[in-house]
Amino acid sequence: MSSAPGSQTTASESVELTMDGHDILFPKLPYDMKQRVQGATNNAELQEFVNSATRMRDQMRINGCKDAFGDNYDKIRALAGDIKQHTLDNLDYYIEQFIDNATAAGTNVHYAADAEEANAICKEICQKHNAKLVVKSKSMVTEETNLVHELEAIGVETIETDLGEYILQLDHDAPSHLVTPMIHKNRASVGRAFARELGVEYTDDPGELTKIARRVLRDKYRQADIGMSGGNFMIADSGSVCICTNEGNGRLCTSVPPVHIAYIGIEKMIPSRKHLPVFLKLLSRSAIGSPITVYNHIMTGPKRNAEPDGPQEQHIILIDNGRTEVLKPETREMLRCIRCGACLNSCPVYRKVGGHSYGSVYPGPIGALLTPVFKGLANYKDLPYASSLCGACYEACPVKINIPKYLIQLRSDLIGGKHDKFTDRVFFKLWSFSLKKAWMYRLAGKMAGVFLRLRNKGVKNKNPYLNRGWVEKVPGPAAGWTEKRDLVTPPTKDFRSWWDEHQKSKGGK
Amino acid sequence: MKIDLFITCLADSYYPRTGIAVVKILEHLGHEVRFPREQTCCGQPMFNTGYKDDTRTIAKKMIDVFEDSDIVVTPSGSCAAMIHENYEVLFENDPVYLKKAKALAAKTHEFILFLTDVLKLNLTDLGVQWKGKATYHYSCHLRGIGVEGGGAKVVDVIKQVNGLEYVQIDKPEQCCGFGGTFAMKYPQISGTMVEDKVNCIKDTQADYVICNDAGCTMNISGSCQRAGHEVKFITLAEIIAEGLGLLEVENV
Repeated sequence: MSSAPGSQTTASESVELTMDGHDILFPKLPYDMKQRVQGATNNAELQEFVNSATRMRDQMRINGCKDAFGDNYDKIRALAGDIKQHTLDNLDYYIEQFIDNATAAGTNVHYAADAEEANAICKEICQKHNAKLVVKSKSMVTEETNLVHELEAIGVETIETDLGEYILQLDHDAPSHLVTPMIHKNRASVGRAFARELGVEYTDDPGELTKIARRVLRDKYRQADIGMSGGNFMIADSGSVCICTNEGNGRLCTSVPPVHIAYIGIEKMIPSRKHLPVFLKLLSRSAIGSPITVYNHIMTGPKRNAEPDGPQEQHIILIDNGRTEVLKPETREMLRCIRCGACLNSCPVYRKVGGHSYGSVYPGPIGALLTPVFKGLANYKDLPYASSLCGACYEACPVKINIPKYLIQLRSDLIGGKHDKFTDRVFFKLWSFSLKKAWMYRLAGKMAGVFLRLRNKGVKNKNPYLNRGWVEKVPGPAAGWTEKRDLVTPPTKDFRSWWDEHQKSKGGK
Repeated sequence: MKIDLFITCLADSYYPRTGIAVVKILEHLGHEVRFPREQTCCGQPMFNTGYKDDTRTIAKKMIDVFEDSDIVVTPSGSCAAMIHENYEVLFENDPVYLKKAKALAAKTHEFILFLTDVLKLNLTDLGVQWKGKATYHYSCHLRGIGVEGGGAKVVDVIKQVNGLEYVQIDKPEQCCGFGGTFAMKYPQISGTMVEDKVNCIKDTQADYVICNDAGCTMNISGSCQRAGHEVKFITLAEIIAEGLGLLEVENV
């Protein structure tokens, strides 16, 4: 084993030095976002490559969608949103239909109320088959239930087969993006992890690294007792599961081992196969701008007698884990999400802080919604506020989830639950009160002006409507402002003063 | 036509010259401008922070103040978006004010879009002549009033100004990191975002940044000031007013 060249640390190494993958996604609650944000924003490397990778993918999405849909881009997003919304509005009906059809096709369908139940069902199946080795494809919901750790704890070796996830598993790291989980890592750190964990010669050539991973993983597929997957879509009227992958690993996981278990959140339902193309057209384009995911795999039941391959036994574990709570009308729209990651790529905040700053399995704008509603608003008070509400996510979302609107809703819920700071509450109360009458508003503005102008610097113009200056440091609620930039001071005269003069000069009112 | 000006709190106190420019342009075009003096703020700071009840009181006041207006024009995409997008949300359970909120939204226009979409004006035809090398900051809230991409449309308008040398900024669609209270709650994130924006502005080597939203201006100009990058911030309204000889050209 050669030693890895270069002493520079990667984003994840420097941000999460003392953490393993588990702690990154399951931090101490209530979660304090600021510490990780500090680490991420001070990490020049993370700033550079998360920023550039997300911007590139966002542009690829825009180009791919504009090429394919032209002026109908908005319409197909609306259609996809409507299909999901309709399905969620009638989810009880479609789940029942799905269970009936999947069962008729020979699948064992299970329902798990929470992560613990889901993992218990999975572990029971493993134990029934005396499983020693599980291969799995990428699945966010297995991250959510922390399945891999739980299986390893009962002695079942569980291998991630998505290349990105595999690398993260080798390096004891955690995904930081829904679609490109190792967006925060560079190739040198991957090379080091391969050398350390697999005992191979150090290389940072992506092609070579992929070949090594492929060689290791091929054997695992053959040896595995159980293959696991998530599910991108469940099709109610046929009881089928559709998985979309770009590496073919999902197909191997679900067809080579004798037993297949799919973990799927209940919101992944669509009514019928005829609706699937709408999502297949949008999913990959929204994620990386490519016309379609390479492997789109639709499974209906286990292997039939005449078929040459496929699992002999198939289980689908339908996972609730907080979803029925989110299904209430006020928040239902959030469950439309198809996990394409477009909102992450478009988000200027995600670009700066990276996925691990969100302290949960679901990062980015959609994570800032889903994490608090799944895991308790009081546990994740920071997330709804970690957005400038710029609306880029809403514009990118293929199912038109109005993310800014719901972020504000969560902020409002936090305030309704008295989770805001007392000083903030008083400050906004006073401010709001001062806006009730124009004279109070103006007086408050003038007082603020006098206060700020006492600290004035850099006034360049004598015009009373333009003699703005700068303050370098202010106390109180605006202190955060001057931490990073100067605060402009108002000129000595406001618009109202000019209006009065203007009216006088016209000889009017 | 009779046009009522909604000045916005930031323009009123911090950037009055923008309001002066708007009034002078509209009067120059032969319209009667009125300024309902009881107006204050649209309530966006409270709304975005989550104080919905407080916002409702302010929104009601705004709705009442402009109830009799035919047309409301405001020099801010952000405040227009607040009225367009969020007033409805506030009055979901109040049919009387919901109707009034929708009526206000229907007659409220951001100033530049009012010139182009309602008055159908072209700045070249109007004879706007202005000298300077300028870039433009795409404010995010133009998305909230249906301008996709956040401002490419405004760039087309800017390019109609004779004599103006336009320089395109990199990452135009990326937010400057203002976000109201976000800038105070998360100075670290917001600060990194605005530094990115300042670097993009530096790269343009422009002498002016055209920025039509006062919130963005406060944020970006404050960051330029901190970074020691000398660049002037101006609104397109001020450029038009200067370019028509309605305002003296000044060191903004």
